[in-house]
Parts: sequence; C-alpha cells; structure tokens
Amino acid sequence: MRKMMALALALVMCLCACTAFADGIKVATIGPLTGPYANYGKPVEDSLILAVEHANAQGGIQFEVLPAQDDLGDGEKALTAYNKLKDDGLQVLLGTVTSGACAAVAGTAVGERFFMLTPSASADMVPEVGDNVFQICFTDSSQGAKAAEYIKSHELGTKIGIIYNNAQDYSAGIKAAFEAKAAELGLEIVKTSAFSDDNAPDFSAQVNEVKQAGADLVFLPIYYTPEYKILTYANSIEYAPIFYGVDGTDGILEQENVDAAIVEGLMYLTPYTPNSTDERTNAYTEAFRAKFGYDPNQFGADEYDALFVLKALCEKAGVTAETAPAEACELLIAAITAEDFSFDGITGTMTWSADGTVTKEPKTAKIENGAYVMVE
Amino acid sequence: MVYFLSNLVNGITLGSVYAMIALGYSMVYGIAKMLNFAHGDVIMVGAYVCFCAVQYWNLPPAAAVLVSMIVSTLLGVLIEGLAYRPLRQATSLAVLITAIGVSYLLQNLALLIWGATPVIFSSVVPDFKVRLLGGDLIITSAAIFTVLAAVAVMIALTLFVSRSRTGKAMRAVSEDRGAAELMGISVNRTISVTFAIGSALAAVAGVLLCSTYPTLTPTTGSLPGIKAFTAAVFGGIGSIPGAMLGGLLLGLIEIFGRSYISSELGDAIVFAVLIIVLLVRPTGLLGKPIREKV
Repeated sequence: MRKMMALALALVMCLCACTAFADGIKVATIGPLTGPYANYGKPVEDSLILAVEHANAQGGIQFEVLPAQDDLGDGEKALTAYNKLKDDGLQVLLGTVTSGACAAVAGTAVGERFFMLTPSASADMVPEVGDNVFQICFTDSSQGAKAAEYIKSHELGTKIGIIYNNAQDYSAGIKAAFEAKAAELGLEIVKTSAFSDDNAPDFSAQVNEVKQAGADLVFLPIYYTPEYKILTYANSIEYAPIFYGVDGTDGILEQENVDAAIVEGLMYLTPYTPNSTDERTNAYTEAFRAKFGYDPNQFGADEYDALFVLKALCEKAGVTAETAPAEACELLIAAITAEDFSFDGITGTMTWSADGTVTKEPKTAKIENGAYVMVE
Repeated sequence: MVYFLSNLVNGITLGSVYAMIALGYSMVYGIAKMLNFAHGDVIMVGAYVCFCAVQYWNLPPAAAVLVSMIVSTLLGVLIEGLAYRPLRQATSLAVLITAIGVSYLLQNLALLIWGATPVIFSSVVPDFKVRLLGGDLIITSAAIFTVLAAVAVMIALTLFVSRSRTGKAMRAVSEDRGAAELMGISVNRTISVTFAIGSALAAVAGVLLCSTYPTLTPTTGSLPGIKAFTAAVFGGIGSIPGAMLGGLLLGLIEIFGRSYISSELGDAIVFAVLIIVLLVRPTGLLGKPIREKV
C-alpha cells in the first residue's frame, strides 16, 4: 500500500513538474540585488517580473519567471547562481546585470550552448566572450563616439576637457572611443585629467586642471558618485562650462538631499528617462511605479525590452517551453543575427550584427528643474 | 597665479582633513600601541549620525555635531571594550586583523542601515565665500572652518596630553604599560579614555570632511582613513604635531602632484614620497628615534 502511495505521489509530482514546464518559457536574471550596486540589480529584477506579466497578458508565447539570483556584481557568485537556475529548468538567461559577472557566466555558457541576453553589461568585450551573448544596452565605445558626434553637431563646445577614471574599464573605454571620434570630427580636446578611485573625496585638482586649460565643455565618462563631487566643487568655485556625462549619470538625482542647483543643466547620454514624451515609455514607467513604488532606471527599461526581444525571437524561431536550452540557443542565435531582425523597444530601435554587438542610438537627456528630460 | 593659489588652498584643506583623522590614529597608536583601522569607519558613522540629526531630527548644526560626537564616543568605547580589550595580551597581528574586521563590520552595518545610494551631507558650517584677487580665487567657508578646526584640535590635544592628569596617565601607559600599572594607573581605563577621545575627534573629522566634500556613502571613511594613516606614519606615528604636519604635507603633495606632475599618478606620487621619507627617516618626520634596549 505504501509503495503504491509513493508511486502515485511520484506520478503526481512528475505530472505537476511536467505541467509546470509546459506553462511557459523559463527566464530569469542574475544581478546585484543587495550591496553597493543594488540600485542596478533591483530595477532589473522587478522589470522582468513586470515584463513577463505584460507579455503573458498580450497572449501568444507565455513566459515563467524564476526568482532572480543575487551575485553582488561578482563573477564567481554569478556562476553559482547560473548553475542553480539551470537546475531549476532555466531556458534563457536575461542577464547578468554587470559586465564582469556577465563575461564570467558567458565563458561557461558558451560551451554549454546557453543563450544570454544581457540588459546592461555594456563592456565592449562582453559579446566577444561567446557567440551566445547579446546586449540590449549600447556598448561603452558606442557611447563615446555618440557623445562626440552630438557635441560636434550641436556645437556645444569648442574646447573640451575630459575627467575620467583611469582605473575603470567602463570609463577608460568610453574616453578612448570619445577621443578617437573627436579626432576624426576635428573637436579640440584641451585637457584630459584622470582620477583612480570613485570613493576619493577630493576632485579639485582635476576640475582646476580643465578650468586652467580653458575648457568650455567638460566630458565626464564616469558614474554619478564622482560626477556629483566634480559638479559640487565646480559649483563652489563658480566654474560653469557645459558638463556632459554618459549613462552612468543615471541615479544622480536619486541621492538623498541632492542639491538640484548643482546638477542643473547637466547633459548626458541615456536610452531612458522616467520623464519622456514617448507613450510606451510612460506606460512602462507608470506600471512599474504602481507595482513597486519607486521609479525605474535605464537598467530596468533595458530588461523590460530584453523580455520582449526574446518574445519576438521565440515567435520567429519557433522556440517553446519544451525546447531544450542548447537547441533554443542555436535557434535564437540564428534569429537575432538574421538580417531582417530589428526590434523597436522603449529604449530605442536595436539590430544585432553576427558578432553579437548591438546597434542602437543613445539619446541625450538633460537635467532641468531637478528632473531628467529628453532633449533633441 | 590663481591656479597655484587655488591648488594651495585645496591642498591645505585636504591636508587639514587628513591631519584631523591622523590625530586620532596617532594618539591611539601612541598609547594603546595598536593600529585602529576602524578609525576611518568611525568617521563615516559620525558623519551619518550628524546627517540624520540635521535631516530627520531637525537639530541645529551645533547640537547635531554634539550628538554625533556622543554617539561616536560611545561607539569607540564599545568597540574597544568588546573587540580590543580581550586581546590585550594577544599578538599585535591578532589585534590588527580584529581592527580590519571591525572596519568591515561598521561598513556593512552602515550599508544595511543607510543603503548604498549616496546621501548629500548638509554643511554644518555657516555658508559664505571669501573672494580674493578680484574674485578669481574663491575660498569656501567649509574649507576655512576645516583648517581652523584642525589647528584648534591639535593645540587642545597637545595641551591635554601634556598638562592634564589623564594626559599624564596616557603618557605613562605609552612609555611603559607594566610600570604604569605598578604606579596605580588603570591601563584599561586609560586606553578606554584614549578611544573615547579618538572617536569624538573622528566624529568632528567626519562632519568637517563631509561639510567640505558632501557625498556620504558607507565607504566614505575608508580612503581618507588610509591616507590619514599614511600621514600619521609620514609625520611620525605617536606624535601629535607629527600627525598634523604629515597630514598637511600629504594633502599638499597630493594636490600639487596631480596638478603639476600628472593627474594619473596622483596617488603614486604620494606613496613614493612616503617611501623616500621612510628610507631616510624610518620613524617619520617628527618621530622619536627608536633606541635599542639592551
């Protein structure tokens, strides 16, 4: 009798497992959900939940989201999280959030033929790790080039100063691409000043250096923490060139007790701001705010797009909840690199080349009256 | 000229912040003979407490600073009692590792309580600017207060250690712990008092650090802490005027190295100078030469 019970139980469990499997394509993300980079990982986790909800409501291919895994931005932990998710039946990874961790996971996933679509790992080397990894965000070098083009075409400045972090791939990568493009366009860079630690308190020497060189536009390919310190010092000595940042600026207004006068007029590149004129972007922002009680950022918006890119790909390639991950990987790679595939999302229109790099136009935003707004 | 002078002002300001932190490092080392690597993090806690006092409890700046000093003092005494006192007879390596552990503990507790997103500190000093050379050279009130406070603290500390009874007890413990105990001085109490003073100073240093450089995060104290430790060694660890001199020189070398040699090599220049000084004078600029005991 007990044997029969056990058998019946096992059968029921198997059935449950099978029906659960047939529910939808299993997706998940990995990112820093706690710790110092949580403000990047958390909106990604929440956006994926929201995107799956919206996608399933639309009908067609259904998705099931597995609990997001915390990696604190660390490659070793990301790899453990990836293995755990695979055990749970993951089919496609919509992560990881940070570049280093993404490259670490991709290194293993390429051999296992596992498809990865990262919302925000922007380092140029990420798609180079394997043919199974694709980005939603624009790459670091494309930001540098785009910034130079924008400054040139809008005649924002004639004497350009740069302050960057020479100990950081992100910052150094954008700066190098900016310099290359500036040389090509004939923009004059009067001074390049560097620092090596975002946590350093004092940035006065760097600001004075670009000021002394007579820069009327200062390009800041850095994160918002050092950026705010630079703006604070510049404000205190009443040095007011145009400051032009990159997508690392996102978050500068979310600092508690932030002084809006200091960041007023700051321009930066981003694919997304909460205050947009685009209807779909606003729908996302409002739904996110209503569900989670805070404003999303570009990382979240990129993840939201990632799920819908995947949906379009699955429809195109015929991937279903029954497709094994390795098989899905080949089908999805073929679909995403196909000449005719492009995706129009809330963060812009994207196409992917055969080597995995994304082509997407970064947009320029500006801080006006204490809020992010898109500018032409 | 303006370029040179504004770098000079910035160097002195940064140096004063280093000096203020170095005073705490140096005093604790001189008396307890241990490197309190958690000192930089007590600074961070002091700054957060002051921030909360101003922002949430709406206290006036002076009261907020006082609250921050009291909390930091209690924290310092608590750390000493719980983490360092049980290790009084242990090897210095064990104490050092414990101090690093306390440092991580404080940083991660701050991360739990206040989160990773930076908060912008509201300056506690009156806001004004001094304009010199026809308005080209602007000096902020925070910079002026920082320099004045560092000098005042150094003088007060020197007088306290050389004149007061507790100060004499501190020097006795520093000279010879065993002999001091035989003379009826409570070593544990003296070391506790040292930590209390060091932590109160850390709170003041934190408040001034963040008044000048307003971005506050759980790791705000770590880099200035390491630089200040360097400054203390530079000036001769254990010596109060040495900490002041070391801090000021370090700030000036850092800013001028960045401005006139290379911004990319800023920190490398600072530490290269440290190595040279230690090769020529192993006990630092104002350190007492170590006599070999026979």
